[in-house]
Amino acid sequence: MSAVLPISARRAGLVLLGMVLVVGSFATAGPRAALLMLVGLGLGLVLEGLRFGFAGPWRVMVTERDGRGLLAQFLAIGLTALVAFPLLATFPEELTGAHAPVGVAMIAFAFVFGAMMQIVMGCGSGTLVNAGSGNLLALVALFGFIAGSFFGTLHLPWWTGLGSLPVYTLQGLFGNGAGLGVTLFGLAGLSTLVYSRSAPEKRRIPRRLWLAAVLIAALALLNLVIAGQSWGVVYGLGLWGAKFAQAAGMDVAASTFWSSSGHAVRLQQSVLTDVTSLTNIGLLAGAFLAMRWKPSPDPQVAALSATSWGLVLLAGVIMGYSARVALGCNVGAFFSGVSTGSLHGWVWFVAAFAGSYAGLQLRPRLMRAAAVSRGMATGGQGS
Amino acid sequence: MSDSNKSQEKLPGRPLVGTFALGFILLLLIVDNAESTPINPFNAPPLVALGSGEAPSGAHCTQP
Repeated sequence: MSAVLPISARRAGLVLLGMVLVVGSFATAGPRAALLMLVGLGLGLVLEGLRFGFAGPWRVMVTERDGRGLLAQFLAIGLTALVAFPLLATFPEELTGAHAPVGVAMIAFAFVFGAMMQIVMGCGSGTLVNAGSGNLLALVALFGFIAGSFFGTLHLPWWTGLGSLPVYTLQGLFGNGAGLGVTLFGLAGLSTLVYSRSAPEKRRIPRRLWLAAVLIAALALLNLVIAGQSWGVVYGLGLWGAKFAQAAGMDVAASTFWSSSGHAVRLQQSVLTDVTSLTNIGLLAGAFLAMRWKPSPDPQVAALSATSWGLVLLAGVIMGYSARVALGCNVGAFFSGVSTGSLHGWVWFVAAFAGSYAGLQLRPRLMRAAAVSRGMATGGQGS
Repeated sequence: MSDSNKSQEKLPGRPLVGTFALGFILLLLIVDNAESTPINPFNAPPLVALGSGEAPSGAHCTQP
């Protein structure tokens, strides 16, 4: 395409594609759907265009003592919390945070998720963004993620039955003002730890990531204000899996999860009425627009052995399954959970980071050495 | 030519894979259209949840 079309014509086409998505959402599902599609597009553009990610910064913190990306994550979460806490306190009838219980399975599967995201080099949002930006490895992982998060819904009631605490929020434990203070204090403490553990030349957040953190926080807050709920990713992917399973003849509606009232409605209705599906679609499309906007795209990942491709697909399935049972991924549990005061967000982060460390040890053993040294190094942002 | 470049030549480029990812979304919407209740445009939620007076009804991954 780039060999035929001048870049100005291609970019005009990309703008048109973005407009088609927004106007199409408006025409089929109403103005809120259009706004959420815009938010998703914005997230995709920022994540891909400014290379803000989750899995990659966790990896380089461990392997290269590069704390810049992780510090930018804490910054974005803190900025979001600064506005989200007062909003949630002032409008409790209209807005809800990403609050979930801490449980045995939640902790175990957050660990597994962390490990798997280092195998596929992307978390929930990262897999969508990387797939949209043309990363073949991420696209394969995305198919697995969709299947895995759907399988996770089928077993979620059993896993949560193993034991969970009540839902604890920092607002509930300390009050609204103090809850925000504890959140910011915790983020500052983690930032200090990361800063002190980083190599001296890799501890100052670059301007690109400052900008990305501010934009991500703004878009996450827009998501909260427009949808009434925090930014999430995994639910939409599980719903997509359910739709495909239903189309294949499976009686999805008979399962415990999908027969419960709220989820049954989502299964019956179009994905264009589902908040996370809309932002997920926008995320993927936004990453595509950012990738095609460049004069020339980044190189594709290197070819892997058939076994390694199979492992990437399997890791995607496990990642989707574990994200569902862990009640969220880096976005729904960590970013949105912590920024809206959920205790489970903090526990999720500790468990997933430990799992990420384990995944980094496991990865070279799973992937063929040649693939690891060549293909993954050019495998995209590793968001 | 390096081994890395030779290896990358075996796979479709990013524009093609990205277009395929968008095609997958299109397939999802087609399947969804066949499986779902038609959207009632007159029953669309208010533009923005904040100030709408309505409780949030969307689903999220933190919901068990």
